[in-house]
Amino acid sequence: MNMDENYKKFAERHAPKSPIVKDCLMAFWVGGLICVIGQAFSDFYKSRGASEETTKMLVPVTLIFLAAIFTGIGVFDRIAKHAGAGTLVPITGFANSVVAPAIDNKAEGWILGLGAKIFIIAGPVILYGTLASVIYGLIYYIVGLF
Amino acid sequence: METLITYLSVFAVGGVLCVIAQILIDKTKMTPARILVGYVVAGVVLTAVKLYGPLVKFAKAGATVPLTGFGYSLAQGVEKAVDEKGLIGVLTGGLTATAAGITAAIVFAFLAALFFKSKPK
Repeated sequence: MNMDENYKKFAERHAPKSPIVKDCLMAFWVGGLICVIGQAFSDFYKSRGASEETTKMLVPVTLIFLAAIFTGIGVFDRIAKHAGAGTLVPITGFANSVVAPAIDNKAEGWILGLGAKIFIIAGPVILYGTLASVIYGLIYYIVGLF
Repeated sequence: METLITYLSVFAVGGVLCVIAQILIDKTKMTPARILVGYVVAGVVLTAVKLYGPLVKFAKAGATVPLTGFGYSLAQGVEKAVDEKGLIGVLTGGLTATAAGITAAIVFAFLAALFFKSKPK
């Protein structure tokens, strides 16, 4: 057995068995399903007479609420372990990134524990999102002048 | 029939947006935090270049529920605020449009911390 073969065997042993296909399939159907649930809520609120504007706010609020409950009872983590980006990318992932550190860091105090850690991931998301919107707003304003 | 097609587009587009992130995580070892930040900023940029609006029309919640949709709300909000209020809208538009989501996340997180205990991993 030469070096190359040795290395190949070593690499094969340590590389997980093509997990990427399985990961992607899980992410696809869980992520797709969460969006379908969002659409169902959207249709429901509209059928109850909510305006387009109100529905646009109610749907994320509903999904954030559900993600908070699921995080609290420990179910979110169990799904997320298998779903990967399927639970991360929808607004549920953002909600989980706020709720989980809130619960986990409560013991460290209300101000620097819960209060600060709540933004450990949401902070950068809000910072760079807001920054991008301000840059776009400036460009949009300037373009609008001409 | 039309509803079915809508829901299939919602499922497919939402699923694909998640798969892209999954590939980035598996292939580039990007951390979840970077994915979230990247998706929001990408949503703003794609809205600015007029690509995301048509996707939202086509896939509805399939495009608005993923975090790129959060970026879409930020960008749309700033457009609307600039149209209505001029330059000051640059500062108010983004967070005004996303206020409900951000406030909900903060309030529900606080309440969850009151009611639930941390679980051993």
